[in-house]
Formats: sequence, C-alpha cells, structure tokens
Amino acid sequence: MMVMQDDDDSSRGSEALLTVRNLKKYFRTSKGLVRAVDGVTFSMSTGETLALVGESGSGKTTTAHVIMGFYTPTEGLVMYKGINIGIPIEKRPLSLKREIQIVFQDPATSLNPKKTVKDILETAVKVYGEGVKLERFKTILELMSYVGLSEEHLFKRPTEIGGGEKQLVALARALAVNPAFIILDEPTSALDVSAQSKVLRTLLKIQRDRGVSYLLITHDLGVVRNIASRVIIMYLGKICEEASTDEFFGRPTHPYTQMLLSSIPAMTEEDERILPTRIESRGEIPSAINPPSGCRFHTRCPYAMEVCRKEEPPAFNVGGSSHIVNCWLHSSNTRV
Amino acid sequence: MSSDYSAVARKEREVRLENLKRAWFRFSRNKLAVAGLVIFVTIVTMASLAEYITPYPSHAGLYINFKEKYQPPNPNHILGTDMYGRDVFTRVVFGFRYALMMVGVVLGIVVPVGTVLGLLAGYYKGTLIDHVINGASEVFVAVPPLVLALAICSVLEPNVLNALLAITLMWWPWYTRMIYSVTSSLRNEPYVWAAKALGMRTTTILFKELLPNMLGPILTKATLDASWVIIIGASISFVGLGAQPPTPDLGTMLSEYCRYLPAYWWMTLGPLLGIVALVLSFNLMGDGFRDVFAGE
Repeated sequence: MMVMQDDDDSSRGSEALLTVRNLKKYFRTSKGLVRAVDGVTFSMSTGETLALVGESGSGKTTTAHVIMGFYTPTEGLVMYKGINIGIPIEKRPLSLKREIQIVFQDPATSLNPKKTVKDILETAVKVYGEGVKLERFKTILELMSYVGLSEEHLFKRPTEIGGGEKQLVALARALAVNPAFIILDEPTSALDVSAQSKVLRTLLKIQRDRGVSYLLITHDLGVVRNIASRVIIMYLGKICEEASTDEFFGRPTHPYTQMLLSSIPAMTEEDERILPTRIESRGEIPSAINPPSGCRFHTRCPYAMEVCRKEEPPAFNVGGSSHIVNCWLHSSNTRV
Repeated sequence: MSSDYSAVARKEREVRLENLKRAWFRFSRNKLAVAGLVIFVTIVTMASLAEYITPYPSHAGLYINFKEKYQPPNPNHILGTDMYGRDVFTRVVFGFRYALMMVGVVLGIVVPVGTVLGLLAGYYKGTLIDHVINGASEVFVAVPPLVLALAICSVLEPNVLNALLAITLMWWPWYTRMIYSVTSSLRNEPYVWAAKALGMRTTTILFKELLPNMLGPILTKATLDASWVIIIGASISFVGLGAQPPTPDLGTMLSEYCRYLPAYWWMTLGPLLGIVALVLSFNLMGDGFRDVFAGE
C-alpha cells in the first residue's frame, strides 16, 4: 500500500487550519498527576469537520480546551493558520479570539441565566464595536433568524426557552463574531432528540454558507455519522484510530473502535450489516492518573498480546487516504 | 422579522417594565415586607420634610426652655419633652436624618467598594490581587467590628464624620468576602468561558456577566446590613464617641436621656422607638427582597 500520509506536517502547513503536534496536558491533583492528554497529534484543513470521539475521561474535551486557550499545553504544539496558539486566552489578540469560537455541551450553563437572549447576543455583537443601538438590533435579529430563532425569543431569558433553542442562541452568539473555526463540545448531548436534529441541520447550514470548520467533540456516533468528514478516536489521552467517516464506519480497525461501534444498538438491517458485533464492551475506562502500561487499551482488549502490555503501539497506516491505527495487531502495515 | 427596529426598542422597554411589575408582585406577596416598606417610606418622608412637619423645628439642636422641661407625653408634645424642654418627637424626626445619612454614606461606599474588590479577588483567585485583597480583609475581619470602630473613634476626634469612617472601614470586608465566594464559584461557569472566547473585556465580564448574577444577594445583604449600621452607629454615639450633643442623633439622644430613667421614661422611649422602627423596616424589607430574588 502506498504511503500517502505525509511524515512532515509542515510540508502542508499553509493549507492546514489547525495542527496539533504531540500535545500533552497534565493536571496536578491531590491524588497524583492526571495525564488528561498524553501525546496527541493531528491536523485539520479548512472547511472540514473533524470529530474527536471518546468516552468521558478520554481527553477529548481537554484537547478542545487547550485549543481554546482555557488551558496551556504542558508540552507540544498547537498551531492555528501557522501561528502558535499554545497561549492562554487572556493573552491572545482579539483578532485570533474571534476566529476560534466554542459551543458548549449544556446551553443551560453556557448562557448567562440573568440575561435575555437579546442581551446575550448584544454583548457578543459589541465585541466587534459598539455601533448604533438600532443597527445592533438589526444584526441581532438577523443572527436569530439565520439560526432559526423567531423574534418572540428576543426578550426571553435562557430559563424560559427550550434546550434546542438555547443551543441555537449559543450558536448565534458564536456567529456574532464571524468565526472561521468553531469547536463543538458535545453540542447535542444535552438536548432532546427532536432538538438535536434542528441543531445539527443548522450546523450543516452554517458550514455550507460560511465555510466554517468544525472540531466536533462527542461520544455520539450518530452525530459523527451525520456531520463529520473525519474521525479521531481517543482513549485515555491517546489517539487509537484516525480515519475518514466512511472508512471509520465501513472498516473500523482498532479493537476499541470495534467495541464502541458494536455497543450501538442496531436499528435496521443495514446497521446489522455494518456494525461489528464480535466485541462485547467490557470494563470501564481506567484512571488517567495511573494509566496502564504499553497500549492503554490492553486491559479491556480481547486481543491483547504480550507486546501490548509492554510497549506502546506506534501509528500504522492501514490504507485509505489516511486511515491510521495505533495497534500492534496491525504491525504488518507501514508505520506512519 | 420586522424591519422597524425602533419597535423592538419599544418592546424592550415594555419587557423591562413587565419584569419590574413581576418583581413587585413577588415582593408584595410578603405582607410584612410591604409593611417594612411603608414604615421606611414614611420615615424617609418625615426625615426629608422635618422642618415642615415637626411641631417645633427649633428644638432639634440647641434650645432651652426650662418652663416646659420634663413634660410627659401630651397633645402638644406627643413624646414629651426633655430636660431642656425640647420636644422629643421633633428631635427623633431630625434624628432619622442622621441615621439615614449614616446608612446612605456607609452603604454608598461599602457596597460598591466591597463589590469591586470581591469581584477582582474572586475573578483573579490565586493571584497576587486575590492575596492582597483577602489579606487586607482578613485583618479587618479579625478585629471585632464594634471594638475596631470604637478604637478609630477614640483615636480620632469623636464626631459624626469619624464615626462614619470607622463603620465604613469595618464593613467593606464583609461585602468583599461575600462577593468573593460567589465570584470564585461563578468564574468557571461556561458562560464566563464563552465570554472570554468571544473576546469580551474583563470589565465587561465582571460587570455585565458576573455582577447581574449577584444583585440579589447584594441588595438583600445591603438592606439587612442597613439595620446593623444604624445599631452600630447608635452604639458609637451612645458611648459618646459619635455625634456630640446637641446633635439630634438617635444614639446620642439615648445616651443623654437614659440618665433620666425611670422617672422620665418618655425621653428614652422616643429615640428607642425611632431606632426600632428603622431597624425593623430594613429587616422586613430585606426578607422581601430575598423572596423577590429567590423566586427568579
């Protein structure tokens, strides 16, 4: 198989929107050092939707928060459009802050409970400049209608509107500063199913109209299938598998990926055919304070071999344009 | 969507009015709080119109008419007269002025200063700003408030201004600590992170995002504290370190008149009733404000 994956990310540095290289984020706690993110490397190009998938505790949200500047990396590099952004958000220039926005999981806490929808959007619009009051109203109403909120929500507080509508307000707020890149931190997991589809459709519309790139943090594989173009599976702070969405669902390769996919209940015959069923989910994700040696998944892996306990698996290219698996089972393939 | 954006602005004003009405509805359900408000408004009105509504405005300060001294309550002097023949009721109404002024000045300084310091210390928790502000506030909190106030008043010249200074100095840490604890828990709310991500200025985050979430506790505490300011102010005057005679301060009057107990009890009763009415009105209103914000 031809190796198409480039060894050197800098060779395509100009087109990469975001490059994360060997990112580590450790937290010192009273119980010990938590290795939340432990050597993660990936890159994203403009206009794509990259899904970062994993159980809670896999480090996906920490990765997102480092990119946002909520935390600074312990080690490694985070580059956005060729600029090092491994600096706290307070130190970032306004022009950079505007480019990268985040939509949080629970809109009940990401919207100020004491403010009306109009006030929430107005403070965001004002970041661009004060302007005239009536002009601001115009911008706010345009944003609201764009995300599919009606004018009647204008003077409501977050507590008075539905979860889906709240998430749309959060989206409109992010759009108020006209970002190029939005991190979606579990954007639908706090919502009803009916609200989920509305939010997802709006997300797709925004991407189509504005060419916004998304980093989607989620554990919901249904959402991944709907909106992601590429998927990265994380486990205990490390990447297990990276593939295009089609490859990911069509040919899941890492035992952990197979376990995740087989735990989705099959609804249709097509699901039955696609979903691997051989691997039963067992155990819970171990603690990131004392992660297992070697491959971190070996404690739950049905195929664990001697080498898995001792040595950490490198990345192997298992085909496709960039289908990468960090697993000793695939050591016959080319190393990345 | 409408294209007439001034209509939206009008709608906004309507919504604000509607919210005020709702707040009043919640407040008014607490009948005792309404009673407190009525007492408070009455006292404020009386104090501000003291010259016109009291029967003997000249009796407020230095005035002597021994012919009328020690008169028990009667139709001409509803709270009697004192040892110089001054009308006690008149003096109590003027005394409200000093009490209200004390509350206004102390809270007018302490609430904004304490709030800003608490916001800063809480938002920058763990940094030098936090340590300096909290270190200073702990020093003040460690000394019993009345003792500190008395110490300041006795070192400086005993007068109303220094009494105010003393109370202000001992009061701010309590606001700072309250706001500090609320801020340090709210600063990690996702909406604060979202505000940072949007590029809002820190002042915007502090005053537009965080402060609105604390107005309830601030107003409730300020109202309940108002009664404490009156009691402490009266205590300082009572021991002779605050306002000096013939100033018609309620505490000063108490200390002057209590020497004539029990024979001329009405002299003490006047300022005492005044203090009780004020303190009670603030406490009742404070409970009402608590209801308003709890219902939100």
